[in-house]
Amino acid sequence: MADSEVLHAAHHIEYPYSRSLGPVLSAFMTGLRDGRLLGVTASGGRIVCPPSEYDPDTGDDVGELVEVGPGGVVESWAWVSTPLRKHPLDRPFAWALIRLDGADTALLHAVDAGSPGAVATGDRVVPRFRPAGERVGSLADIEAFVPEGGAV
Amino acid sequence: MSAARAVRPVSVASFAQAQNVRRDDQRNEVEGLLPVIAEAFGAIGITKDDVDFICSGSTDYLVGGPFSFVMALDAVGVWPPRSESHVEMDGAWALYEAWVLLQEGKVDAALVYSFGRSSLGDLNEILTLQLDPYTMAPLWPDIVSLNALQARALIDAGKATEADFAAVASRSRRDALANPKAQVAGDIPVETLLEDEYVVAPLRRHALPPITDGAAAIVLAAGDKATRWSERPAWITGFDHRIETHALGARDLTASPSTAKAGEVAGVAAGPVDLAEIHAPFAHQELIVREALGLDGTVTVNPSGGALAANPIMSAGLIRIGEAASRIAAGQADRAVAHATSGPCLQQNLVCVLEGA
Repeated sequence: MADSEVLHAAHHIEYPYSRSLGPVLSAFMTGLRDGRLLGVTASGGRIVCPPSEYDPDTGDDVGELVEVGPGGVVESWAWVSTPLRKHPLDRPFAWALIRLDGADTALLHAVDAGSPGAVATGDRVVPRFRPAGERVGSLADIEAFVPEGGAV
Repeated sequence: MSAARAVRPVSVASFAQAQNVRRDDQRNEVEGLLPVIAEAFGAIGITKDDVDFICSGSTDYLVGGPFSFVMALDAVGVWPPRSESHVEMDGAWALYEAWVLLQEGKVDAALVYSFGRSSLGDLNEILTLQLDPYTMAPLWPDIVSLNALQARALIDAGKATEADFAAVASRSRRDALANPKAQVAGDIPVETLLEDEYVVAPLRRHALPPITDGAAAIVLAAGDKATRWSERPAWITGFDHRIETHALGARDLTASPSTAKAGEVAGVAAGPVDLAEIHAPFAHQELIVREALGLDGTVTVNPSGGALAANPIMSAGLIRIGEAASRIAAGQADRAVAHATSGPCLQQNLVCVLEGA
């Protein structure tokens, strides 16, 4: 068969069901909607954020939810000069692993830093929440993190 | 549960792989698999009637339809009915399932295969769907960006430099010149590679795997069949796989404790290692896996070119085992380690130790 005879067709698949998020992630998402960030107490008093229903290392049950952040420290970052169509920002930005104040693990989010020179490991960043009326209980309720005291 | 060391000797009796290409839109999955399985059987003069079990590894997310592995069985032909299984994982894990069954001693031979056409969709979006659906996937972080975070962590920790990543890529693609199945091969020095643009900094173009359509098949054999089908069987002497949390931010991305544990249980350090086939789609990952397996500079790593030369999703891990076994069968190595990975940034890892007679 010649190339010109090969048939192509778009194929869209989706699973349009929903489920309850459970006691820990529900609280986390509700917190985001309210403009607050929550972590959960895990083994040895370690605070895990984003929280999970079990200790990510041991699988043990977790304890109380505690508020963390809102600011935090960049633990690693990667500079996206050409955002992909589903990325949270449509201009160059950094993905970063951010250890929020009071937490012992890192949250992945975007940092709207403007240029790669404006972000580095160890930098402090703060969340830029969407307006209260637009928040739905999702990590996307934070538009992006921005350098603390930065110009962006 | 620990898989530990092999109790019953099982050998990799035959291995075949498709030509690795950027896009094969002339053949569907079954048509792509048929010649690969025929080659794996033909090389040792057997048919499907000589194997007692079939296990495959593939993912519906590439095909875009459910239960795509059922259709792929047409490449074997399962009438009269066959004992068959499937994992939604790289074929290396399908091989593990077959190996466990052979350990039980009720059957003596198995066919393992895997397939995937990465060209059908956008891998950056498809691979995002393997992430935590609540705390990661909604932001659509792509696999290149996540690996760039891991590479940056390595650099920040003083464990590697961008030149180290380029050295892995340069060596891999130079070695791939001798691999007729490779998709990307070339002799390009490190200095030239370091002039590549960043895709997602600190990863430059050369540190990324190619996008590959491919398939692979292995025949496992035990007992009489193992010695009858191979002049120099490649025996599996240790086999284990381990996984880390899917909470990326709760891991130390500069190390691979799951690889280290799997290597320990599989007995990597129980003897000298001649060669290692490491499944490291991104150049920096090879450095992490080497350290986790305790491989020193005397070990030949990825003589095939590895996943930087061809990265057929769902098959690239199985191919590492096939490449290692082929070199043992050819007398080029006495003891080899094959590694496969799955998940973002080396989340899950499998280690298989192979030895010649």
